[in-house]
Amino acid sequence: MKNKRKDTKSGSNNNILFVTYLIGAVFLLLVLYFVWFMQAESEDVINNPYNGRLAQLSERVVRGDILSNDGRILAETVQGEDGSETRSYPYGSLFCHVVGWSTRGKTGLESLADFYLLSSHINLGEKIIQEIMDEKNPGDHVVTTLDIELQQAAYDALGDRRGAVIAMEPSTGKILAMVSKPDFDPNQINALWDSLVSGSSEEGLLLNRATQGLYPPGSTFKIVTALEQIREHPDDYNAYEFDCTGVYQNGDYSIRCYHSSAHGHQDLTMAFANSCNGAFANLGLYLDHGRMEELADQLLFNQELPLSLPYSKSSYTMGSEPGIWEVLQTSIGQGSTQMSPIHNLMITSAIANGGVLMKPYLIDCVTNAKGEEAERFSPEEYGSLMTAEEAHKLTAMMEAVVNEGTASALQTDAYQAAGKTGSAEFETGKESHAWFTGFAPADNPQIAVTVIVEEGGSGGREAAPIARAVMDAYLNGQ
Amino acid sequence: MTNLIIDVSKYLIILLMACYTYFNFRFFSYKEPEEKKAVCGRQNQAMFLIHLLAFLVIYLKTEKPEMIAFYLVQAAFFICYIWGFRLLYRNVSRLLVNNTAMLLCVGFIMLTRLSAEKDRAWAVRQFIFVVAAAVLTWIIPYVIDRVWQLAKVPWLYGLGGLILLAAVWIGGNTSYGAQLSLAFGDISFQPSEFVKISFVFFVAAMFYQSVSFRNVCLTTAVAAAHVLVLVASRDLGGALIFFATYIFMLFVATSNWLYLGAGVLCGSAASVLACRLFSHVRVRVEAWLNPWADIDNRGYQITQSLFAIGTGGWFGLGLFQGMPGNIPVVEKDFIFAAISEEMGGIFAVCVVLICLGCFIQFMMIAGKMQAAFYKLIAFGLGMVYIVQVLLNIGGVTKFIPSTGVTLPFVSYGGSSIFSTFILFNVVQGLYILKRNEEEEHEK
Repeated sequence: MKNKRKDTKSGSNNNILFVTYLIGAVFLLLVLYFVWFMQAESEDVINNPYNGRLAQLSERVVRGDILSNDGRILAETVQGEDGSETRSYPYGSLFCHVVGWSTRGKTGLESLADFYLLSSHINLGEKIIQEIMDEKNPGDHVVTTLDIELQQAAYDALGDRRGAVIAMEPSTGKILAMVSKPDFDPNQINALWDSLVSGSSEEGLLLNRATQGLYPPGSTFKIVTALEQIREHPDDYNAYEFDCTGVYQNGDYSIRCYHSSAHGHQDLTMAFANSCNGAFANLGLYLDHGRMEELADQLLFNQELPLSLPYSKSSYTMGSEPGIWEVLQTSIGQGSTQMSPIHNLMITSAIANGGVLMKPYLIDCVTNAKGEEAERFSPEEYGSLMTAEEAHKLTAMMEAVVNEGTASALQTDAYQAAGKTGSAEFETGKESHAWFTGFAPADNPQIAVTVIVEEGGSGGREAAPIARAVMDAYLNGQ
Repeated sequence: MTNLIIDVSKYLIILLMACYTYFNFRFFSYKEPEEKKAVCGRQNQAMFLIHLLAFLVIYLKTEKPEMIAFYLVQAAFFICYIWGFRLLYRNVSRLLVNNTAMLLCVGFIMLTRLSAEKDRAWAVRQFIFVVAAAVLTWIIPYVIDRVWQLAKVPWLYGLGGLILLAAVWIGGNTSYGAQLSLAFGDISFQPSEFVKISFVFFVAAMFYQSVSFRNVCLTTAVAAAHVLVLVASRDLGGALIFFATYIFMLFVATSNWLYLGAGVLCGSAASVLACRLFSHVRVRVEAWLNPWADIDNRGYQITQSLFAIGTGGWFGLGLFQGMPGNIPVVEKDFIFAAISEEMGGIFAVCVVLICLGCFIQFMMIAGKMQAAFYKLIAFGLGMVYIVQVLLNIGGVTKFIPSTGVTLPFVSYGGSSIFSTFILFNVVQGLYILKRNEEEEHEK
């Protein structure tokens, strides 16, 4: 083709250049997406139970250890003479739910850290030696945020009762202790399995109540009601007044205070400290229920929690135009509101941390078998649940609960605690669930604790002393 | 010991691949032919080393002596192909030849590994297709240089292509919900792979005649017919490739932004409409938006692919250390996931960049061509190629919904191999034509 027609459109090369850049940009996006997937998304994908590849890793790697925050072994793999591997839990049932188990499905940290435990970061030289000896590589160790003494204190304080105790550092989100009862010894899981799965639902031995249990929040929900009052009347929230006779009447409806005790003349702080049901039920009628719903959303009711353990979602169902009975019940944490202990702890530690919620986490770092650090996890902010001023006001009210109100069990010269008790009724004729959620020291919070004792009765009498034991162990033991 | 060699060669392969890819782009910055020659030579060294290391691992894991023989014939083929091309055509673009060989090599490694696990003959058959296609398509640059009537027969391309597509629609075999192939006894053949090329020729020849409004309308009508037949055959990936190629060819031929805008608008409207009207389109989009919701069924393929890529990580699990066999159609559409799983994310990104490098080379050739017909051919074939790469890799990584197209030169499949060889060698022919012309000019 010697007699080519000359290209008359000089712009066409510019157009080709434009399209080349366009395609280049799309591919840049594709590669950036790929990098994002590898860096951010792939961890969840890898740990998905449908991913069959992790099982294959265990053929070349001996599952690593799970360690406490000071490096003591919570779970390890013991190799027999014949090369058989058994998972051993030196502390028995103490860390049953939070460390979990890796046979019969994987739960707790065993599931959360599965990929790390089955990866090996020993140096190349050692890998070569292992290869030549034809031995498996030792898996990485996972150093947790769990404190053995604190876990023991919480475990002993809860005793034989059903319930959960969780402690966390409000400024970082480190989970220091997590106890759920009833429990069992995970070393015996294979022998016990049939009885574990066939047990009655009330027993629920396999359930981690700290994250998966759902309970009516009872009077601990008054934190939310009080916060709404603070939001609507930031300057004169405490000017709310109520005269308590032990039973509050509204038409046909009546709300009783605990054991029908009459609190007399109350302002908001006193009503909060004494956990006066009448005062809070009545207060609920004056609040803006649309805004209340927004507040509940903001405090993570009906939302996904920033938590990597399996958990149950808390629910708050009161809309913007509820009936009177619904308002009376919801304002004091009864009715259809349901909440997990870990969620209650998150709200409490946000109050302790000036309104900012730190994401709760359990894995502090991953090291290779020789203890050299491979990956470290830093505290991450989730966001503000409330302003610093609101948190400050709530703290003052929660101090009053300890100093003048229902949580007198936490009065001590060693530190000033702040908190809220709850006695949540869930079924007529049964004892209420005993709640306590709080933190200490109030002016410089080091630890936040949430306690639930199923059918324990009064929060002040049953749950608060458990929190006291945990706080004592942490603050006095340090 | 075996595991050790596998681990070491895994990192070496990644390093070599990174070097190869670096050379691929470094090439563009050199002005002197000597420098270009040297960098292409280093690319060849990297490729042969990757090939050798990978087959060493494959041999150690399978312990089959025939793997050594298979390696040797593959290596012999690469030597003959790379040096034979230069013997036949003095002015060949070595970069394109190298990239062809590199992508084929990656495909051979992965298919040999997958065949060994699944006891299938994919790799051997692929090798036969490749040898046949490589030899047969060597003639194309010669034809392009000598036969100048190519621009005179637009309707031969246009109607011929349409008839082939219609034949598949009416009498084709269905696979994975789409009618893609015609069967003749044991041999099945996917016409749409070849119609992509005839389509580019048709559009280029039409616009070479004239870009009058009447001619544009006529061409658009035939292009739309192609797309509609493909949609009717449920070949969504094919339809998208034709559509995008046509819109951009129209834009480059006319320099009219209105056409481009109208085309993009129509395309978006058609996608939304297709999503509303056809359940099979909706299924794909839903599986893309949230594959985890239906992990056992509709989301199965894409989630398996993401497990593979994610677990492999940046450095890969090593050949034979992963489970790519879990991914449905891993040898064809999802081979990229297998590559990423076992050879690593870095290696996989290199593959993407090599494909992009080929496209850039195509566009540079298009820019250099003076005749509008040739310019449009080079540009159109470049678009066909890169859109297909984007649909494949984007689909496998969940960047976009999966549309079921192959990764050219890497995926298993005779039709795909043949058509990609034709595509590359047509562009190669244009490059040789141009270089020969320049040489004549210099004399």
